[in-house]
Amino acid sequence: MIVSKLAAFRLNLKIAVRDLLGDRRGFGIFIACIIIGVAAIAGVSSLSFSLAQGLSHEGRTILGGDASISLMSRSLSQEQKDYLTARGSLSELSLLRAMAHYASGESSVIEIKAIDPATYPAFGALTLNPELPLSEALSEKKGVFGLIVETTLLTRLDVKLGDMITIGNQRFEIRSTLMNEPDKLAGGIGFGPRVFMTRSALEASGLATPGAIIRNLTRIRLTGNPSDQEVKNFHSEINSAFPNAGWEIRTRDAVSPQFSRNLDRFTQLLSLIALTALIAGGAGVANSVREFTERKRLHFAILKALGASGSQVFAIALIQIIIAGLIATLLGLIVGSSIPIFAANWLHQISDLPFTPSVNVEGILIGGCYGLLVTFIFAVIPLGRIHEMPVSRLLRDDDQPLRLWRYFILSGVAAFLLITLTLFSASDLKLGVIYSVGVALVFASLRAASWAIVLVIKKFKRPYNSRLRLALANIGRPKSIAPALIISAGLTQTLLIALALVEGAVHHELIRADTSEIPNFYFLDIPKTQTEPFNEFLKKTMPEAHIEHVPMMRGRIIELKGKPLNRSTIAEEAKWVLEGDRGITFSETLPDNSTLTDGVWWGKDYAGAPLVSLEQKVAEGFGLKIGDQIRVNILGRDLTATVANFRKVDWRSYAINFVMVFSPNAFKSAPYTELFTISYTAPSLDARDKKDAILTRQTAKEFPNIVSIRVKDVLMAVDKIATQLAFAARAATVIALATAGLALTSAIMSSQRTRLYDTVIYKILGAPRRWLMSVYALEFGLLGLAASIISLFAGICFAYGLIKFIMKIDFIIPGATLILILLGALMLIIALGLTLSWRILSYPAAAALRRL
Amino acid sequence: MSAAISLVEVDLTLGQDAARVHVLKNISLNIAQGETVSLLGPSGSGKSTLLMTLAGLERPDRGAVTIAGTNITQLSEDALARFRGEHIGIVFQSFLLIPTMTALENVAVPLELAGKAEPFQRAREALESVGLGARLSHFPKQLSGGEQQRVAIARALCMNPLILAADEPTGNLDSETGLSIADLIFMQQKMHKTTLILATHDEDLAARCSRRLRLKSGTIISDTCA
Repeated sequence: MIVSKLAAFRLNLKIAVRDLLGDRRGFGIFIACIIIGVAAIAGVSSLSFSLAQGLSHEGRTILGGDASISLMSRSLSQEQKDYLTARGSLSELSLLRAMAHYASGESSVIEIKAIDPATYPAFGALTLNPELPLSEALSEKKGVFGLIVETTLLTRLDVKLGDMITIGNQRFEIRSTLMNEPDKLAGGIGFGPRVFMTRSALEASGLATPGAIIRNLTRIRLTGNPSDQEVKNFHSEINSAFPNAGWEIRTRDAVSPQFSRNLDRFTQLLSLIALTALIAGGAGVANSVREFTERKRLHFAILKALGASGSQVFAIALIQIIIAGLIATLLGLIVGSSIPIFAANWLHQISDLPFTPSVNVEGILIGGCYGLLVTFIFAVIPLGRIHEMPVSRLLRDDDQPLRLWRYFILSGVAAFLLITLTLFSASDLKLGVIYSVGVALVFASLRAASWAIVLVIKKFKRPYNSRLRLALANIGRPKSIAPALIISAGLTQTLLIALALVEGAVHHELIRADTSEIPNFYFLDIPKTQTEPFNEFLKKTMPEAHIEHVPMMRGRIIELKGKPLNRSTIAEEAKWVLEGDRGITFSETLPDNSTLTDGVWWGKDYAGAPLVSLEQKVAEGFGLKIGDQIRVNILGRDLTATVANFRKVDWRSYAINFVMVFSPNAFKSAPYTELFTISYTAPSLDARDKKDAILTRQTAKEFPNIVSIRVKDVLMAVDKIATQLAFAARAATVIALATAGLALTSAIMSSQRTRLYDTVIYKILGAPRRWLMSVYALEFGLLGLAASIISLFAGICFAYGLIKFIMKIDFIIPGATLILILLGALMLIIALGLTLSWRILSYPAAAALRRL
Repeated sequence: MSAAISLVEVDLTLGQDAARVHVLKNISLNIAQGETVSLLGPSGSGKSTLLMTLAGLERPDRGAVTIAGTNITQLSEDALARFRGEHIGIVFQSFLLIPTMTALENVAVPLELAGKAEPFQRAREALESVGLGARLSHFPKQLSGGEQQRVAIARALCMNPLILAADEPTGNLDSETGLSIADLIFMQQKMHKTTLILATHDEDLAARCSRRLRLKSGTIISDTCA
């Protein structure tokens, strides 16, 4: 049985290949759609993988060692230092945020990196302009320390090399500017320009006071040339040796978990856009296969007449399509996998990101599966016609409906596999599910709409206007381009609209700084001694402003429910809380912008065991219940607190709020600083900016040690990043436009024969080309409009769900952008349709008659 | 009778390279208004091509084709289409109806294109005159071959053209239906006083015309009047 099936397969394969070699026409658009879609998917995955590989290869340089130990506002004990020194060489540095002031009155937030020139950098090289030895650039000369600064600081303070600026109590000379910082990526995004100084300069500045927020890093270069596994073992060993150290350790194989997670998410977003491009091209595949079956109709009829069964003919045709799909997929994978090689140079020029062009085998396999599955999903139904149609009908050019339900089932099974693969390869399952359900619904709506449109046109009385009547007749005819056009154009437009809405909502959220809804400034790390004078200063400078201040410390969660942290049991959306130290506070009362959702708030004079209030989503992500215990390390001291209640926090208010709020008795004598916010209104944006400038200058003058963060600046910086990411997403969407254009081309090309027939008759009856053009413009325009209306509705629904329920921000409709997308799409569809139809309009009637 | 159609030294070659065929060779011809002319000859003799040239569908390589005083060889593609719509009705062997339109809509199209008033009323009358008053809303595939050809005749004549060109109008029909279609064509020609040019293999049908042109290898070898 197996042998006979194998023999039958070999025979079918032989006939299929022989036939394919004899006639390779008609696969151009099919192959192009699959190549572009698969190349996009493979390209995104290869780029992301190359970046991840770059991070991995450059891990030591980015981290500044094999491992890095971070402590907040304290240093390693001598015992710990000795332990580490026995394992390798150490390099210590401190990171903190401060203000830099120039004599002109200009000031700026800066991100200080205080280093030891003898040991920094342990890996890679610091590039300076002008080039100076590090020790010379930073050394003390006559009571003045040297500084290396990012060039943006020169612009912000309007200073130049050689000028003197003040940081804390110390004067500094700017001796060089920073061109390349090897360990920049490990530091994350800062609020201000980077400034290098020596650790002794930091001491001299007076900024390193008790309670000041300083991150002390100790980097270890392990002896010998340890493998990644040995570094991991070292990580476990030091945690076992000092279980209560309260430190955060990063190793060279995971230098920036936050960056890697964001990279994963963004990769997934781009991959889904690329997958949409492939699916939009699926309509082109379906058209090409339909054309293929039409062209081969006589061929298949002869095979059947000669004794081939329907299944055998179907198998031969399917083999041919799969071979074409396989070739296209392989070409797409080659193109996609080559993208990192060509992009490497360009990426090195525009960013500091480490990038090692690499081949992602998993990504290639997934891309290959996508290519073949999309081929099968869209090809199997048109191929089914060959199976079901008797010889007589094949010969007669008879297009009566056939029972094709089993091919719909086969196509559905392949679609299910595609969705499973999408979910399997998703780094964010929720986004994968939303995408799969969304695309399935949009696809089904577009298909149903195209059916409904054809049905309505057939059922209802034709309009009196001859152009409109002919346009509608074309839309309603058998083998109409309606399904292909509506699906490919609709899917792409839905994607464009959804992206525009998400981008608009994010932008709107970020530019709220121009409204009075959120604070104007955050003032960080105000020592207890300055709390009252600073409060008075703010009241005096901005009398009508709303001022808030709360105590603030930094701490890390180290145990949940009495057990050490196990990240694998923590929900993805709560993991950010475990990244490094988090701000924590204590309060007698429930903070503003919070709502108690479970448990009770402690009384004003509560004096029992420490209690903690947790943000509800984070608590759920941790799997905590009321009464459970958490252990937090704050400035080296461990604190165990019982969960007393859960709060819902309105983070979007940008008002002061914390994931963890403790009962005041937990921190009776602990050193802490205060965090201030100030909010005020102004009659105009300009007036508001002026007030912001006055407050910045006054604060710098009267409280030079206090770090002021202007919320508008931060949000604008984030908006800039969001815009860059949106640009990448839009670039990926262009690929979807290309495949949709190809699908549309294939649909129009496959209708050329019937169009030529109609055109000839109309020409014979006296129709000039302009008249025919107007009819076609109407036809393409009406279909484009239908696709636009459906995709507008689908895009809004899809984006609304994403924005309101996942991102939880305001949903706005950027009317002008949407109109631009819809009009642009409509114009493109009409232009493409007319361009492709022009050839048949120009065809001489008599010559066409001879062909018909 | 005045000349409705005049051909002067018309030459036409079709195809390319090895497949190039000199289809019409130096043909000069005058056809008077209201005349009925049949074009006879074996396959490949050039009768259909001559008909298409007379109907303004084929552009000669050389020579002039004048219809109702207009040299159509000098008209642009679109001007020629408009001229055809106004002055020439054509009936084909394979009917060439628009499959997505009803019989009424098919007939109304040339009237609408020419901007005539009440195109549907006139189309209805044209279809009633060919005996299809009851089949107005039928699509071509719902009609028999004979009925489809009647629709084509109604469509060709609804504009009251100067010339009715018919290319093997009965070629796709059985003999009985073919006879009734021929009767219809000649009846309508008489009614509208149209110049009829008919390309056919059928000697009986050709014999009903007042003048017979016989072609061989692209040349008129005989021109006889009844």
